[in-house]
Parts: sequence; C-alpha cells; structure tokens
Amino acid sequence: MKPFDEMIKTGGQVRPPYEQLQSWLDTQNPERFAQKARDAENVFRKTGITFAVYGDEEAAERLIPFDIIPRIITGNEWRRLSQGIEQRVMALNAFLDDIYHRQEIIRAGRIPRELFTHNDAYLPEMVGFRPPGNVYTHIIGVDIVRTEENQFYVLEDNARTPSGVSYMLENRETMMQLFPELFQQIKVRPVETYPKLLRQSLAAVAPPGCKGTPTIAVLTPGIYNSAYFEHAFLADQMGVELVEGSDLKIENGKVVMRTTEGNRAIDVLYRRVDDSYLDPLTFRRDSALGVAGIMDVYRSGNITIANAPGTGIADDKALYSYMPEIIEFYTGRKAILENVPTHRCSEPDTLKYVLENLAELVVKEVHGSGGYGMLVGPAATKKEREDFALKLKANPKNYIAQPTLALSTTPIMTEKGLAPRHVDLRPFVLVSDRIRITPGGLTRVALKEGSLVVNSSQGGGTKDTWVLDD
Amino acid sequence: MLLGRTANGLYWMFRYIERAENMARLIDAGLRMALTKTSDAPEEWSSVLMSAGVKIGYSAKYKEFNASLVSDYLLRDLSNSSSVMSCIETARSNARMVRTALTREAWESVNETWMILKSTLASPIPETDLPRVLDQIKRETAIIRGAFHGTMLRNEIFNFARLGTFIERADNTARILDVKYYVLLPSISYVGTTLDNFQWESILRSVSAHRSYRWVYDVEYNPVNIADYLILNSRMPRSLNFCYSNIVDNLKFLANDYGKRHECHDMSESIMTRLENNEIRTIFDNGLHEFLSDLIYQTNGLGSKIAEAYNFD
Repeated sequence: MKPFDEMIKTGGQVRPPYEQLQSWLDTQNPERFAQKARDAENVFRKTGITFAVYGDEEAAERLIPFDIIPRIITGNEWRRLSQGIEQRVMALNAFLDDIYHRQEIIRAGRIPRELFTHNDAYLPEMVGFRPPGNVYTHIIGVDIVRTEENQFYVLEDNARTPSGVSYMLENRETMMQLFPELFQQIKVRPVETYPKLLRQSLAAVAPPGCKGTPTIAVLTPGIYNSAYFEHAFLADQMGVELVEGSDLKIENGKVVMRTTEGNRAIDVLYRRVDDSYLDPLTFRRDSALGVAGIMDVYRSGNITIANAPGTGIADDKALYSYMPEIIEFYTGRKAILENVPTHRCSEPDTLKYVLENLAELVVKEVHGSGGYGMLVGPAATKKEREDFALKLKANPKNYIAQPTLALSTTPIMTEKGLAPRHVDLRPFVLVSDRIRITPGGLTRVALKEGSLVVNSSQGGGTKDTWVLDD
Repeated sequence: MLLGRTANGLYWMFRYIERAENMARLIDAGLRMALTKTSDAPEEWSSVLMSAGVKIGYSAKYKEFNASLVSDYLLRDLSNSSSVMSCIETARSNARMVRTALTREAWESVNETWMILKSTLASPIPETDLPRVLDQIKRETAIIRGAFHGTMLRNEIFNFARLGTFIERADNTARILDVKYYVLLPSISYVGTTLDNFQWESILRSVSAHRSYRWVYDVEYNPVNIADYLILNSRMPRSLNFCYSNIVDNLKFLANDYGKRHECHDMSESIMTRLENNEIRTIFDNGLHEFLSDLIYQTNGLGSKIAEAYNFD
C-alpha cells in the first residue's frame, strides 16, 4: 500500500496546507533553487553544526543533511497533537513521582513490579526524594509518527535527554535566511523563543532556598560528545555557562564552578550527562564526566538537576507498552495520542508470534536508543533476521516488537526534483510550573528512498517544520 | 566572570593561532636563506628548527636537514605539537570548547581556517608550492584576527585571548633572536659581509619586519638597530616591548574588572620597566644572549602566574 503523503494526494493534487508552498515552488528557478540547497549546506558546515557518530572514525564530525522543503502541519492538527503531548507529559511526571514514592500503580496491579526490580534505569537513590517543583522530566522530546490523515502514534517519549532542539532552531534560522519572502507569504508559528523559555523554565524550578536570580549551567561531557554542538548552542542562547565535570566541585554543601574570580555556586544544572556518569560516589566510580558528591547536594535540596536522575526508567521500551494504562491511571482519561501496538517478547506466546513474523516486525532493545541494535524486519536480509532471532531467543526480556508502520512521507529535494521520503516528528516540551510546547519540532527524514529509519546516526536528515498560524 | 577552563581555552586558542602564524614565517625565512648560495642550507634549517623549539623532536625522527623534510615537519607533522596543522587543530579544539565565549564570526573564521588548512595540508607540499601555502596560512590567521578584532566585545574574554597572543609572540621573538644572537654581535665598526646581510634580513623576515625596518632605520641593515627594533621599539608589533606593553595593559583591564591584582601584575610590570628603561648598547654590553634567555624564562614564568591567578592552572 502506498504510504500517506502529507503534501500530495493519490491523484496528484496538492493538499490544502501545502497549496501556498506549491505555488511559491512553481515560481522558483530550479537552478537557483539547487544553489540555495548548497548554500544551506555551506552555512551548516561553516557554523560547525555537526554531530559525531560513535564508532565511525572517518566521519568524526558529520553534518546532518538538511532538506530545504519544509514540512507543514496545520493549526488544527497541532492543537490535537499538543493536547495529546501535554496529557502524556503530565502522566509521565505523575508516574515518576509515584514509582519513587507510594507506587500506587503497581499496587493497583496496572503494571508489573518486575519492570523496576531488575532495571538499571530505576534509581533506588531517588526513592522517597521529591525534586524541586515536583518535576522529574523538565525537557522532553516526544517522537510522533503519522500513518494516515488523522492517525498519529507516539513512538517514544524521550523523557531522559532528548536531543535535536538545536537543529530545530538552526533549521528555521537557515530557512529564514534563504527564503525570507516565503515567511512573508505564509504565516508560520515561531520557534525562536525556545532558548528563552528553556531558561525561564529552568529558573522556575530552582531549589526553594535559592534567592534572587538562579545561576544556571549546562553540563556537557565535552567537545568529543556527539551532541556537543547542541550543548554549546543552548548554553550560548540561554546566556549561561557551559560546564564540564572538571569545572565543578562541592563546597559548603553547594555545587560550585571554578571561575576566573573564584568559585561560584550553581542552582540549576541542565545536565547532558547520563545518570550513571553523574556522580562517581554514587554511580559509576570511573566517571570523570560528573561531580563527586552532587547526589548528596541534590538530595539536600541545594541544586536542581534537570532532568532528574532516574527519569530514564520512563524511556524503557517495555514500560512504553504500558503507557496507555499509565496515562489513564494518572489523568483519568483515555490517551489522546495512541501508542504503537507493542509485543513484549518476555511473554512466551508473544515471543513465538514475534519469531514467526520477524519479516513484518520492527524489533527493538528495551534499553536501546538512536536506532542502534534494532531490526527492521521488512528491510533486513534473511541472514540478518536469523541472526537476530538467535539473540532474541537468548534474551527475550530484552526486546519488544512492533508492526512496521507505513510512516507518512513528505517531499524532499533530490537531483531529479521533489520525491517523497518517510518522516517522523519530535516536538519539544518544557515542564516547570507549567507545560510549554514549541509549535512544530524537529522533523527527521529518511533520505534513502523507501527507508523507514530516520535516525541521524543511520543516515537520516532533517527539515524545518512549520505549524501554520491558521 | 568566566569559567577558569574558558579563560584557559581562550588563552591557548590564541597562543596556538599565533604559533601557527610564526611557524609559517620561520619557514618563509628559512626558504629565503636556503636560496642564497653563500649559506650552508642544512645549518640554516637546523637553526629554523631551533627557533621553532622543535629541534629535539625533529632530530629523533630525521638525520638530515633540508627544505622538504623540515617544512613538512613544521607544516604537517601531527607528531609535532607545534606544526601548523597541530596548532590549528588545537586552536580549533579550544575554540570549540569556548564557543559560547566567541562571536559567530570569530568562531566561523577559526572553523573555516581549520577546514581550509586541513585540505591544503592533507598531502605533502611540493617545494615550488611552499610560498603559496605559507601565504595562505598567514592570510587565514589574519582573517581570524580580523574577525576577532572586528566583532568581539572588549571584556575579560578579549583580555585572556590577547594575553595568549602576546605571551606566545614575546616568546617567539625572543627565541628567534636568541638562536641568531651571535650573528648580531658587532665587532667595532664592522661592515657586514653579504652573508651577514642575508642573515640579518632573515631575522627581520622571520618576524615580517624586513620592510618596516627600513621605514624606521637606515636602508642598510645594522645588527644593533635590528636588535633595538625587535627588543625595544615600542611601535613594532612583534617587538618584546610591544608584546609586554600589551600584556601589561590586558592584565590591568582584568585587575580593574575584577577589582583585584595578583603576582602576575607585578611581574609583568617589572619586566616592562626593564624594557622601557634600557638602551640596546647596555643590553649588548651585559650580554645579549643572557638578556634573551632570561626573558624567555621570565615569560614562561609569567604565563604560569597568569594561569594561577585566574584559576586555569
């Protein structure tokens, strides 16, 4: 079956949200347009908007390809999406609070206790502790895919450390530089306020003891991290310090950074370092990326860590399969956005079904991310499927399986003109005293014809994403 | 207020950019010397390596001294931490680390320089191409300097960057002079031979001063004037006097900004006083070599004191 194309109907007619764009495209000189695409690439390379791919020596720094055809979402579609996202984010925070406290949801028998008992992402250090403002996951990037005009699914919640927001911002910046006239013709809701809102949001969850303007810092693992560009970008745009573990230490019960004028206390730390590296005294002892003793400072209420340690449990893909129950349990209403039907391989009957239908399914590791360690059944060779089946049988608990979704397509610019490619969408959500969702988000696009894998580490690109102000 | 690590990154970023540029000049001067039939080319290349401070590393790798080996070692060899490519790599890593402290233009100029030189220096440079490549290196570093001067706020960020530039430059000028001090030692009413003239010009050329010298002094090269120019002249941008006056100024800005003086302030001012209240004749009388090696030692010490004072040691 032909996948749903967001721009062109089956008969070749342009869908209403894209009409204005199409008539603008019709006026473009193809050569000039191709030149613009090259200009865009130069801008990205010059500004150093790169990412690193782990295990890929040659391409230590690579560009994420940028496609200049915007992806368009109508105001109505966005309203529904954002309601669904808001509901989900509220449920996630309530859920995290619950499982580190009374665990009502387990007592009520809605989810099995085993999900936590042998899960490294569940941190005993967080049990009984309430983070400032009662917020666990401050920054979320919900991955959403579309299969029909009115059918959206949430693929992942990314409640731990979503990345990509810098691309959302740079993509818009680049589009406005290349095609200013387009933004005069079509009213697009702005995304540029994100850094300001992020700063406000982080300031709003400063520890209760913090007087005056809170000192905020972004903690990065350093320049060799794949998302370093984003860490620097966000620190810069927020006007806060970008710190590394080696800049920090504990002094008088506070986390301080070493500056040219002595040590300065930090109130809110937006950390882009994983839980296990955060504090060598509590977690991995060999970590040089974190701060020895920060968990004690945190638990005494003298610093806010965003996102809170222990939120990673919400990204577990086995837990994901329970999201409909989780949303209903905490919000009292059915989930507005659907989950992708998910088979838990830990259940023997399900495992049998998955093994028999590997060719139609996508199988993922429960703790995996970034498209690593997954099998896309329909795209895999027989040999790859057989090898994967062995891994699956050896450790069924480690996997979940989902039907291969016919992701929607939008056109990209190719050498032969416009051609449809599969896309997903990652809207960015900020949680503090309120929930703020930036209109749009990051559209990732699989550049290879027919490919369903949009991850940048696997050759995906990005697009500017427009929510129409209609 | 800056992170100590940011101050460190700015300081070293600019030390390495300065060093890359100085390497290009040294090779340029070496090439010129090697062209003169009167000189002993291997001897000249050996002294270029000495001025660059990498003689030991080079000798561990190569037995002979010639244009193509030496220039390759100084331009492209990543095992030589002072080679142009190593310097640019290090400068860019530091720039990446302190990105939030740089304007977009300043960052982009460093990043572009890195991209361009990475491709230029990807394969060995034929001797006939050397002049073009050396020009390109000097031009690229000039663009970085221009972007930096044209767009950066004159605050502590600027001061730490400038300190890196001038500490490196002072060290460099002093070392170039020290390696060649013996060709400058004058006998009474001594008229230089052709070789001496070439040697003198070469010293000036290695700090891009062979033309401006003539605007200030005679058309004729004269060792005392050359030493005076590179040590005491307050307007020559690579002289020790000029470097130290900038170091002192930038440290003063920091002291005003932060409301606090450190040991490095006293130290830099006392070196400055020695440069201001001195005659080139006196320096020669007391020993040029002793003066220069002491200054190299002091400059090194001052660098450490600055790092200590501003928490980036």
